[in-house]
Amino acid sequence: MKRTALLSLVFFAVAIYSVAPFFWFVLTSLKTPAELTAIPPTLLPSAHLGFYRAALLERGLLGAMANSAAVAGAATAITVAIGALAAYAVARTPMRAARFYRVLLLAVAMFPQIAVAGPLWSILDALGWLNTYRGLVATYTGLGLPLAVWILATFFGELPVEIEEAAMVDGCTRLQALGKVVLPLAAPGLATAALLVFMLFWNEFFFALIVMTDPALQTLPVAIALFPGEYTMPWGEIAAASTVATLPLIALTLAFQRGIIRGLSAGAVKG
Amino acid sequence: MTRFERSSLLLMLPSALVVAIFGLYPVLESVRLSFYRSILTLPWLGTKRVGWENYADLWNDPVAAQSLQVTLVFLVATIPAELVVGLGLALAMNRSFRGRGWLRAAVLVPWAIPTVVCSQMWRFIFNDRYGLLNFLLFGADVRSYWVPLAEPGPALAAVAVAEIWKTAPFAALILLAGLQTIPDELYEAAAIDGATAWQKFRHITLPMLKPAFLLALLFRTIDGLRVFDLVFVMTQGGPADATNVLSFYGYKKTFAEGSIGYGSAVAVIVFALAMLLALGYLGALRRARGGAR
Repeated sequence: MKRTALLSLVFFAVAIYSVAPFFWFVLTSLKTPAELTAIPPTLLPSAHLGFYRAALLERGLLGAMANSAAVAGAATAITVAIGALAAYAVARTPMRAARFYRVLLLAVAMFPQIAVAGPLWSILDALGWLNTYRGLVATYTGLGLPLAVWILATFFGELPVEIEEAAMVDGCTRLQALGKVVLPLAAPGLATAALLVFMLFWNEFFFALIVMTDPALQTLPVAIALFPGEYTMPWGEIAAASTVATLPLIALTLAFQRGIIRGLSAGAVKG
Repeated sequence: MTRFERSSLLLMLPSALVVAIFGLYPVLESVRLSFYRSILTLPWLGTKRVGWENYADLWNDPVAAQSLQVTLVFLVATIPAELVVGLGLALAMNRSFRGRGWLRAAVLVPWAIPTVVCSQMWRFIFNDRYGLLNFLLFGADVRSYWVPLAEPGPALAAVAVAEIWKTAPFAALILLAGLQTIPDELYEAAAIDGATAWQKFRHITLPMLKPAFLLALLFRTIDGLRVFDLVFVMTQGGPADATNVLSFYGYKKTFAEGSIGYGSAVAVIVFALAMLLALGYLGALRRARGGAR
């Protein structure tokens, strides 16, 4: 009995440690300017939405959100589509080349972003893709592909080969077998991969910073990092913008917690 | 090559093209550029081949030396803490009890938060006037409030705290996967032999977790070398370059000053460090897994 009580206390502490710092930021976003600067700090804010109005409307965070959604959404769709093709080939082909490709992707995933940044900027500059959605979408596709292929290859590897062989005996081509038999069965894997790369793109800051220098095209992380403050830091607005940027992710994490844990650890254990 | 194998290569082609253009080529180009002198935004002014000069300058650059030192101190300070905190989180997540789903979701919150948001959040907590830290330390005694982010040592520690809080859950996920591969029979056998909880942890859990630890170490080291967002938002590399990690220094040289040759030399150093450490860990991992079989 005493042991259970102690364990509950430990679990409670773990949950507080994980959630409290961000919860404090959410509380901050709901304060009035007077509550924000009060000492001792206000524990129960008056749920004033002024900071949200200021951040979203007056400081143009809504536009940044639309940019983030467009770029992360498009990049997720492309990454998962071409990642699924490669992952299927990698999982089903007992070739040296397939194995080598998998290892190569792992190596690319380990590249520090600063080591690719300069030449990448020059490529996008030469293409005229700086300050365009497609420039950042292309960059993100390259960034997310190794992760997507690794997760999807693990999922495809767990599906029995016999089902698609049966489909091919029935006259399907390989691509048809993939589209009609394998992909529907791998839907949970596709959803997990899509979720993880979407979160990666939604949160990405470094490349968004160097590719999108036009304030109208900035993504949410860049807007939050470069929040303009003339004399003092606008903490209330920053907290409101941060909450808006984060709550969808926390909701997704709550909803897909199992898939996330499985997706992130599956590749890790087998690799 | 059979038709099957040819079609496999075709399926890999689109992704291979993207990765080649946006991953492999830029890295090789960075290596080439590190032997040149050129201005990023003014390429028409010409590039001049300078041999190893950028690296020689780097060797004599006190800011670069400090940057390397800061990066190594940062890695050494954060990674063990991430593994220890991560192990604690993983052990809690691995227990079965009512409400485990909620605990697991709560543990994942720092992982799910955008790094930029995490950076602003901790910057606010460490703020000199309205920060929670000052209030917890000194109460309403405003005259004692201090500015941790304005002092070299405390600023680096603050960035390290933010990094540990943000990334320990990822280490926890890898360790959790490792925990789940340990067969229950081992614990049952130990219980029959009268082992205490600590003995089971020390002689079963820890040794069996070795591959997972090495993997977490690998991922965290590679990622720790990349730390950028936290530094950009919390300190801009200051005060007095105390948090000027290599990836931030390379960014400043390449994009703020436009010296792409010198910046590339910094980038190549980061790249070489990452690859060397990765190869070392992968070797250790192979030995650990071979030994377990």
